[in-house]
Amino acid sequence: MNEPALLHFLILGAILFACGIFGLLTRRNAIGILMSIELMFNAAAVNFVAFAKYVAPQAMAGQIFAVFIITVAAAEAAVGLAIVMLLYRNFKGIEVDKINFMKW
Amino acid sequence: MNLLVFYILAILAAGSAIMVVTMKNIFHSALFLVLTFFSVAGIYVLLNAEFLAAVQVLIYVGAITILMIFAIMLTHQLFSRSLRQVNEQVIPASLITFIFFVLSVVALAKTAWPVSGGQLPEDRIFEIGKLLMSEYVIPFEVVSVVLLVALVGAIIIGRREKSGDTK
Repeated sequence: MNEPALLHFLILGAILFACGIFGLLTRRNAIGILMSIELMFNAAAVNFVAFAKYVAPQAMAGQIFAVFIITVAAAEAAVGLAIVMLLYRNFKGIEVDKINFMKW
Repeated sequence: MNLLVFYILAILAAGSAIMVVTMKNIFHSALFLVLTFFSVAGIYVLLNAEFLAAVQVLIYVGAITILMIFAIMLTHQLFSRSLRQVNEQVIPASLITFIFFVLSVVALAKTAWPVSGGQLPEDRIFEIGKLLMSEYVIPFEVVSVVLLVALVGAIIIGRREKSGDTK
Protein backbone atom coordinates (compact mmCIF):
# COMPACT_ATOMS: atom_id res chain seq x y z
CA MET A 1 0.00 0.00 0.00
CA ASN A 2 2.36 2.64 -1.21
CA GLU A 3 -0.08 4.71 -3.22
CA PRO A 4 -2.26 7.44 -1.72
CA ALA A 5 -5.93 6.49 -1.85
CA LEU A 6 -8.93 8.62 -2.76
CA LEU A 7 -9.71 9.36 0.88
CA HIS A 8 -6.31 11.02 1.41
CA PHE A 9 -7.05 13.62 -1.25
CA LEU A 10 -10.60 14.17 -0.05
CA ILE A 11 -9.39 14.84 3.49
CA LEU A 12 -6.77 17.27 2.16
CA GLY A 13 -9.60 19.04 0.34
CA ALA A 14 -11.63 19.14 3.55
CA ILE A 15 -8.68 20.67 5.44
CA LEU A 16 -8.22 23.37 2.80
CA PHE A 17 -11.95 24.09 2.76
CA ALA A 18 -12.08 24.32 6.56
CA CYS A 19 -9.18 26.80 6.50
CA GLY A 20 -11.11 28.82 3.93
CA ILE A 21 -14.24 28.86 6.10
CA PHE A 22 -12.25 29.94 9.14
CA GLY A 23 -10.60 32.79 7.25
CA LEU A 24 -13.90 33.84 5.74
CA LEU A 25 -15.52 34.08 9.17
CA THR A 26 -12.71 35.80 11.03
CA ARG A 27 -10.91 38.15 8.62
CA ARG A 28 -11.65 41.86 8.85
CA ASN A 29 -9.69 42.71 5.75
CA ALA A 30 -11.60 42.28 2.48
CA ILE A 31 -8.48 41.00 0.71
CA GLY A 32 -8.11 38.34 3.43
CA ILE A 33 -11.66 37.23 2.71
CA LEU A 34 -10.86 36.95 -1.01
CA MET A 35 -7.81 34.82 -0.17
CA SER A 36 -9.99 32.49 1.91
CA ILE A 37 -12.40 32.14 -0.99
CA GLU A 38 -9.48 31.20 -3.26
CA LEU A 39 -8.50 28.51 -0.75
CA MET A 40 -12.02 27.10 -0.92
CA PHE A 41 -11.96 27.10 -4.73
CA ASN A 42 -8.72 25.15 -4.57
CA ALA A 43 -10.21 22.62 -2.17
CA ALA A 44 -13.08 22.00 -4.58
CA ALA A 45 -10.69 21.64 -7.50
CA VAL A 46 -8.55 19.11 -5.60
CA ASN A 47 -11.68 17.05 -4.97
CA PHE A 48 -12.68 17.21 -8.64
CA VAL A 49 -9.26 16.08 -9.84
CA ALA A 50 -9.12 13.28 -7.26
CA PHE A 51 -12.51 12.00 -8.41
CA ALA A 52 -11.35 12.27 -12.02
CA LYS A 53 -8.50 9.91 -11.26
CA TYR A 54 -10.18 7.42 -8.95
CA VAL A 55 -13.89 7.30 -9.79
CA ALA A 56 -14.34 8.07 -13.50
CA PRO A 57 -10.93 8.03 -15.16
CA GLN A 58 -12.11 7.48 -18.73
CA ALA A 59 -14.50 10.46 -18.87
CA MET A 60 -11.96 12.99 -17.47
CA ALA A 61 -14.88 15.27 -16.57
CA GLY A 62 -13.27 16.15 -13.24
CA GLN A 63 -10.20 17.66 -14.86
CA ILE A 64 -12.30 19.63 -17.34
CA PHE A 65 -14.40 21.08 -14.54
CA ALA A 66 -11.28 21.93 -12.56
CA VAL A 67 -10.25 24.06 -15.56
CA PHE A 68 -13.61 25.83 -15.35
CA ILE A 69 -13.18 26.33 -11.59
CA ILE A 70 -9.82 28.01 -12.15
CA THR A 71 -11.33 30.28 -14.80
CA VAL A 72 -14.23 31.30 -12.56
CA ALA A 73 -11.79 31.89 -9.69
CA ALA A 74 -9.77 34.23 -11.89
CA ALA A 75 -12.92 36.17 -12.85
CA GLU A 76 -13.98 36.32 -9.20
CA ALA A 77 -10.59 37.63 -8.11
CA ALA A 78 -10.63 40.36 -10.77
CA VAL A 79 -14.11 41.62 -9.86
CA GLY A 80 -13.50 41.20 -6.13
CA LEU A 81 -10.31 43.22 -6.17
CA ALA A 82 -11.99 45.93 -8.26
CA ILE A 83 -14.67 46.16 -5.55
CA VAL A 84 -11.95 46.31 -2.89
CA MET A 85 -10.29 49.23 -4.65
CA LEU A 86 -13.63 51.02 -4.92
CA LEU A 87 -14.31 50.46 -1.21
CA TYR A 88 -10.89 51.83 -0.36
CA ARG A 89 -11.53 54.91 -2.45
CA ASN A 90 -14.90 55.59 -0.83
CA PHE A 91 -14.29 54.54 2.78
CA LYS A 92 -10.51 55.00 3.20
CA GLY A 93 -10.26 51.46 4.49
CA ILE A 94 -11.20 47.89 3.63
CA GLU A 95 -12.20 46.59 7.07
CA VAL A 96 -15.49 44.89 6.32
CA ASP A 97 -16.96 45.47 9.78
CA LYS A 98 -16.74 49.22 9.23
CA ILE A 99 -18.52 49.07 5.88
CA ASN A 100 -22.12 48.58 6.91
CA PHE A 101 -23.99 51.47 5.38
CA MET A 102 -26.43 49.07 3.68
CA LYS A 103 -27.25 47.40 6.99
CA TRP A 104 -30.76 48.12 8.15
CA MET B 1 7.07 6.40 -2.46
CA ASN B 2 4.09 8.29 -3.85
CA LEU B 3 2.51 8.20 -0.41
CA LEU B 4 5.56 9.92 1.07
CA VAL B 5 5.45 12.62 -1.63
CA PHE B 6 1.74 13.04 -0.98
CA TYR B 7 2.26 13.50 2.75
CA ILE B 8 5.00 16.09 2.22
CA LEU B 9 2.85 18.07 -0.24
CA ALA B 10 -0.27 17.73 1.88
CA ILE B 11 1.45 18.92 5.05
CA LEU B 12 2.94 21.83 3.12
CA ALA B 13 -0.43 22.76 1.63
CA ALA B 14 -2.41 22.38 4.85
CA GLY B 15 0.21 24.10 6.99
CA SER B 16 0.53 27.09 4.71
CA ALA B 17 -3.27 27.28 4.33
CA ILE B 18 -3.51 27.53 8.13
CA MET B 19 -0.84 30.24 8.06
CA VAL B 20 -2.83 32.12 5.39
CA VAL B 21 -5.83 32.45 7.66
CA THR B 22 -3.97 33.06 10.94
CA MET B 23 -1.12 35.42 10.01
CA LYS B 24 -1.21 38.88 11.59
CA ASN B 25 0.26 40.59 8.55
CA ILE B 26 -1.89 40.30 5.44
CA PHE B 27 1.16 40.52 3.18
CA HIS B 28 2.63 37.39 4.80
CA SER B 29 -0.71 35.68 4.23
CA ALA B 30 -0.38 36.42 0.52
CA LEU B 31 3.10 34.87 0.45
CA PHE B 32 1.84 31.75 2.22
CA LEU B 33 -0.99 31.62 -0.30
CA VAL B 34 1.67 31.25 -3.02
CA LEU B 35 3.13 28.28 -1.13
CA THR B 36 -0.31 26.69 -0.81
CA PHE B 37 -0.95 27.05 -4.53
CA PHE B 38 2.43 25.53 -5.38
CA SER B 39 1.77 22.53 -3.14
CA VAL B 40 -1.66 22.05 -4.68
CA ALA B 41 0.03 22.11 -8.09
CA GLY B 42 2.26 19.28 -6.83
CA ILE B 43 -0.85 17.40 -5.71
CA TYR B 44 -2.23 17.77 -9.24
CA VAL B 45 0.93 16.24 -10.69
CA LEU B 46 0.49 13.36 -8.26
CA LEU B 47 -3.07 12.95 -9.56
CA ASN B 48 -1.88 12.75 -13.19
CA ALA B 49 -3.25 16.21 -14.04
CA GLU B 50 -0.14 17.83 -15.50
CA PHE B 51 -2.09 20.38 -17.53
CA LEU B 52 -3.93 21.55 -14.43
CA ALA B 53 -0.68 21.82 -12.49
CA ALA B 54 0.74 24.11 -15.18
CA VAL B 55 -2.47 26.15 -15.29
CA GLN B 56 -2.48 26.37 -11.50
CA VAL B 57 1.04 27.79 -11.42
CA LEU B 58 0.33 30.18 -14.30
CA ILE B 59 -3.02 31.54 -13.17
CA TYR B 60 -3.03 31.21 -9.39
CA VAL B 61 0.62 31.87 -8.62
CA GLY B 62 1.34 34.08 -11.57
CA ALA B 63 -1.81 36.13 -11.80
CA ILE B 64 -4.20 35.95 -8.86
CA THR B 65 -1.61 36.20 -6.09
CA ILE B 66 0.19 39.02 -7.84
CA LEU B 67 -3.14 40.82 -8.21
CA MET B 68 -3.78 40.34 -4.49
CA ILE B 69 -0.34 41.66 -3.57
CA PHE B 70 -0.99 44.65 -5.83
CA ALA B 71 -4.27 45.30 -4.04
CA ILE B 72 -2.60 44.97 -0.63
CA MET B 73 0.12 47.41 -1.63
CA LEU B 74 -2.44 49.88 -2.98
CA THR B 75 -4.89 49.76 -0.11
CA HIS B 76 -3.10 48.87 3.03
CA GLN B 77 -0.71 50.76 5.22
CA LEU B 78 1.65 47.83 5.20
CA PHE B 79 3.78 48.87 8.12
CA SER B 80 1.06 49.85 10.53
CA ARG B 81 0.97 46.66 12.54
CA SER B 82 -1.50 48.03 15.04
CA LEU B 83 -4.33 47.19 12.64
CA ARG B 84 -6.32 44.25 13.95
CA GLN B 85 -6.80 41.61 11.25
CA VAL B 86 -9.42 39.40 12.85
CA ASN B 87 -12.83 40.28 14.21
CA GLU B 88 -14.19 39.30 17.60
CA GLN B 89 -15.73 36.02 16.37
CA VAL B 90 -12.59 33.90 16.43
CA ILE B 91 -13.83 31.43 19.05
CA PRO B 92 -17.26 30.69 17.51
CA ALA B 93 -15.65 30.59 14.06
CA SER B 94 -13.04 28.06 15.12
CA LEU B 95 -15.77 25.99 16.77
CA ILE B 96 -17.86 26.03 13.58
CA THR B 97 -14.82 25.19 11.46
CA PHE B 98 -13.87 22.31 13.75
CA ILE B 99 -17.39 20.88 13.73
CA PHE B 100 -17.57 21.20 9.94
CA PHE B 101 -14.21 19.50 9.52
CA VAL B 102 -15.02 16.59 11.83
CA LEU B 103 -18.43 16.06 10.23
CA SER B 104 -17.06 16.13 6.70
CA VAL B 105 -14.20 13.75 7.53
CA VAL B 106 -16.66 11.32 9.13
CA ALA B 107 -18.95 11.60 6.11
CA LEU B 108 -16.06 11.12 3.67
CA ALA B 109 -14.72 8.11 5.56
CA LYS B 110 -18.12 6.42 5.88
CA THR B 111 -19.11 6.80 2.23
CA ALA B 112 -18.33 3.87 -0.03
CA TRP B 113 -16.89 5.61 -3.09
CA PRO B 114 -17.36 3.72 -6.35
CA VAL B 115 -13.65 3.55 -7.04
CA SER B 116 -13.02 2.13 -10.49
CA GLY B 117 -9.81 0.38 -11.40
CA GLY B 118 -9.50 2.14 -14.73
CA GLN B 119 -6.68 4.38 -15.83
CA LEU B 120 -6.72 7.95 -17.10
CA PRO B 121 -6.12 8.18 -20.85
CA GLU B 122 -2.52 8.00 -21.96
CA ASP B 123 -2.37 11.43 -23.65
CA ARG B 124 -4.26 13.51 -21.13
CA ILE B 125 -3.57 17.03 -22.39
CA PHE B 126 -4.64 16.03 -25.89
CA GLU B 127 -7.77 14.47 -24.39
CA ILE B 128 -8.63 17.66 -22.44
CA GLY B 129 -8.31 19.76 -25.58
CA LYS B 130 -10.48 17.37 -27.56
CA LEU B 131 -13.17 17.27 -24.86
CA LEU B 132 -13.21 21.06 -24.46
CA MET B 133 -13.87 21.43 -28.18
CA SER B 134 -16.45 18.65 -28.49
CA GLU B 135 -18.42 17.45 -25.49
CA TYR B 136 -17.87 20.48 -23.25
CA VAL B 137 -17.96 23.17 -25.90
CA ILE B 138 -21.02 24.95 -24.44
CA PRO B 139 -19.58 25.32 -20.90
CA PHE B 140 -16.35 26.39 -22.54
CA GLU B 141 -18.09 29.17 -24.47
CA VAL B 142 -20.14 30.20 -21.42
CA VAL B 143 -17.00 30.46 -19.32
CA SER B 144 -15.36 32.65 -21.94
CA VAL B 145 -18.40 34.96 -21.82
CA VAL B 146 -18.11 34.97 -18.01
CA LEU B 147 -14.47 36.03 -18.31
CA LEU B 148 -15.37 38.82 -20.74
CA VAL B 149 -18.17 40.08 -18.50
CA ALA B 150 -15.88 39.95 -15.46
CA LEU B 151 -13.25 41.93 -17.36
CA VAL B 152 -15.74 44.61 -18.40
CA GLY B 153 -17.28 44.67 -14.94
CA ALA B 154 -13.92 45.06 -13.23
CA ILE B 155 -13.07 48.00 -15.49
CA ILE B 156 -16.46 49.65 -14.90
CA ILE B 157 -16.28 49.17 -11.13
CA GLY B 158 -12.69 50.28 -10.85
CA ARG B 159 -13.07 53.37 -13.03
CA ARG B 160 -12.86 56.71 -11.27
CA GLU B 161 -16.26 58.34 -11.60
CA LYS B 162 -16.36 61.91 -12.78
CA SER B 163 -19.18 63.56 -10.93
CA GLY B 164 -21.66 65.12 -13.33
CA ASP B 165 -19.74 65.80 -16.50
CA THR B 166 -20.35 63.56 -19.47
CA LYS B 167 -16.91 63.63 -20.99
